[in-house]
Amino acid sequence: MTPATIPALILENLTVRRGRRKVVDGASLTIAPGELVGLIGPNGAGKTSLMRAGLGLLPATGHASLAALSPRARAARVAWLPQTREIAWPVSVETVVALGRIPHLPGLAALGPQDRAAVDAALDRMGLTALRDRAATELSGGEQARVLIARTLAQGAPLILADEPVAGLDPGAQIATMRVFAAIAAEGGAVLTSLHDLGLAARHCRRLILMHEGRIVADDRPEAVLTPENLARVFGITAHFAPGPDGPVFQPLEVLQ
Amino acid sequence: MTPGVLFPALALLAVAAFAASLTIGPADVGPGESLGALIRDDGGPLTIVMREIRLPRAILGALVGASLGLSGAAMQGYLRNPLAEPGLIGVSGSAALGAVIALHSGAAAAFALALPLAALAGATVAVLLILVLAGPRGSSMTLILAGIAISALAGALTSLVLNLSPNPFAASEIMFWLMGSLADRSFTHVWLALPFIAVGWVALMSTTRGLDALTLGEDAAQSLGIRLDRLRLLLIGGTAAAVGASTAVAGAIGFVGLVVPHILRPFVGARPALLLPASALGGATLLLLADIAVRVVLPGRDLQLGVLTALVGAPLFLHLIFKTRREFA
Repeated sequence: MTPATIPALILENLTVRRGRRKVVDGASLTIAPGELVGLIGPNGAGKTSLMRAGLGLLPATGHASLAALSPRARAARVAWLPQTREIAWPVSVETVVALGRIPHLPGLAALGPQDRAAVDAALDRMGLTALRDRAATELSGGEQARVLIARTLAQGAPLILADEPVAGLDPGAQIATMRVFAAIAAEGGAVLTSLHDLGLAARHCRRLILMHEGRIVADDRPEAVLTPENLARVFGITAHFAPGPDGPVFQPLEVLQ
Repeated sequence: MTPGVLFPALALLAVAAFAASLTIGPADVGPGESLGALIRDDGGPLTIVMREIRLPRAILGALVGASLGLSGAAMQGYLRNPLAEPGLIGVSGSAALGAVIALHSGAAAAFALALPLAALAGATVAVLLILVLAGPRGSSMTLILAGIAISALAGALTSLVLNLSPNPFAASEIMFWLMGSLADRSFTHVWLALPFIAVGWVALMSTTRGLDALTLGEDAAQSLGIRLDRLRLLLIGGTAAAVGASTAVAGAIGFVGLVVPHILRPFVGARPALLLPASALGGATLLLLADIAVRVVLPGRDLQLGVLTALVGAPLFLHLIFKTRREFA
C-alpha cells in the first residue's frame, strides 16, 4: 500500500457501554485521506461517544486504529476538537493556537520556526491574524470557537475529528470553516466532523455518516443518506432536498407527528 | 512584560529580599558588617548569629515561600481555578496534625526533630489517602472532594488534640505553632526539608507542559498527548513533598500559595508554564518580606509569620473576589 491509501481512521465493531445501555453499538467505518466526512444524527445518537471512543478517550470494545497508540503517537496522527469550548485562562489567541504544537515539542523546548509557521498558517486560515494578540477569553463565543479550530489545524495531524465545530458560528464563519475543512481534505488530509446543520452537511461533505440510537444506519453520498425515509425514521422530519445550480440545497420543513 | 525582563526582575527581587532578611534583625549591626561576618569567620558572636540563626532562617524563608508559590500555581493550573491553593489537597492540614500530635505527646520536647518528622508522616498519610480516595483515573472534581474531606478530618483531629491538651500552656504552644513561624530554626531544619522540597520542585516543574495543555480542558489535553494520570500523580506527589516539608519546618502558612500566582498571572500572559517558575520566585520574595516585617513591626511581641501572611493575604483575596464579580457581572 502507498501511504496515500492507508486509512486515516478505522473503526471495527466499536461498542461503548454506559451502564447497561449501548451508546455506540457495533459501529464500523473507515476514513481515507482526502475525505471530508459529516457525522450526523439527532441528539443522543452517539456521535460524540463514537469519536471519543475512536480516540481512545472512552473505554470501548471492538477495534479503533488510533486508540491502541500511545498518547504522544496518537497526537501526531489525529487532532481532536471537543464540543465543550474551554479556554481556562486569559491567554493570547496566538498562545492558544500554539498549544496545538505541543505534540511536536520535545521536553521543554520552545516553538521552532516550523511551529511558528504552522501557527501563522492556522491563524491565517481561520481569519484570526488581526486578533492574534488579544486575550482569547475576551473574544465572543463564535470567535473563541474559531480560535479553537485554528488550534486543531496548527496541530498539523493527518486526521481531524471535530465535534460540532460550527455550532454557534455566524453563517459566514460556518461556511468559511467548512471550506477550510474541504481545503484540508483536498490537500490530502482527512476530516470527520459532527454537524447538526444538515444543509451545511449536504453542501460541503461528499460523504455523510448517519447515526441513530448508537448505530450507523447510513454511510454514503448525501443524496443517498438524506432520503425521506431516513429523515422520517431518524430525525422525524420532512425536508426539501434538491440539486441547485450552486450545489445541493437542503431545508428541513416539518416535524412528523 | 516579556519573560526575558520578568524573570531577571523577579530573581533580583528575591535576592534583594534574601539579603535584607540576612541583614535585618535585633542585633544592631550594619548590613555591610553583618554580611562580612557571614562570609569570613571572625570568630566572634556576629559570625555565629549570621551563620547559625539568620542564614538558615533566610534559606528556609526562600524554600518555603517558593514551595508555596510553585505548588499554588500548579494547583490552580491543574484545577483551572484561580481560587485553588496548595492546602486544598489536605497535605498542610495533615502535616500540621502530625506536628500537633508530636507537641501534645511530649515527643517534640524529648527530641528536636520529632515535630518535623511527625509532620512529614502526617503529610505522607494524607497523600496516600488522597490517592486512594481520588483514584488513579479520577477527575479533578474527585480530587477537590477528597482534599476537602481530608482537610476537614485533619482539622477536626487537630481540634480534638487541642481540646484534650492537659493545660492552657500546652494548648497555647500548639496554637502558636499552628500560626506558622521561621523563628529559631537551624540548619538541621534546612537539611531535613531540603531533599523533600527539591524532589517536590522537580515533580511540579515537570507538569508545566501538561498544565499549558489543560488550558483547553481535559479532553483536548489528552488528545495533545498529555497523560493526565501521570500529571495528577506528579502534581499531588510534588505538592505533598514541597508543602508537607514546608509545613513540617515552618508551620501552616496560608495565602502565599493563593495570592502569589494571582498577582503574577497578568505578567506572564496567564500561561501556566511561565506562571510556575514566576510564582516560585514571587513566593520566596513575599515570604522573606513577610518574615522581615514580623521582626520589624512588633519586634518584642513574637508576631507569628502565618498571622502576617493572612493579614496581608486576606485583603488581596477580597480584591480577587471583587475582580471576579466584575468579570461575571
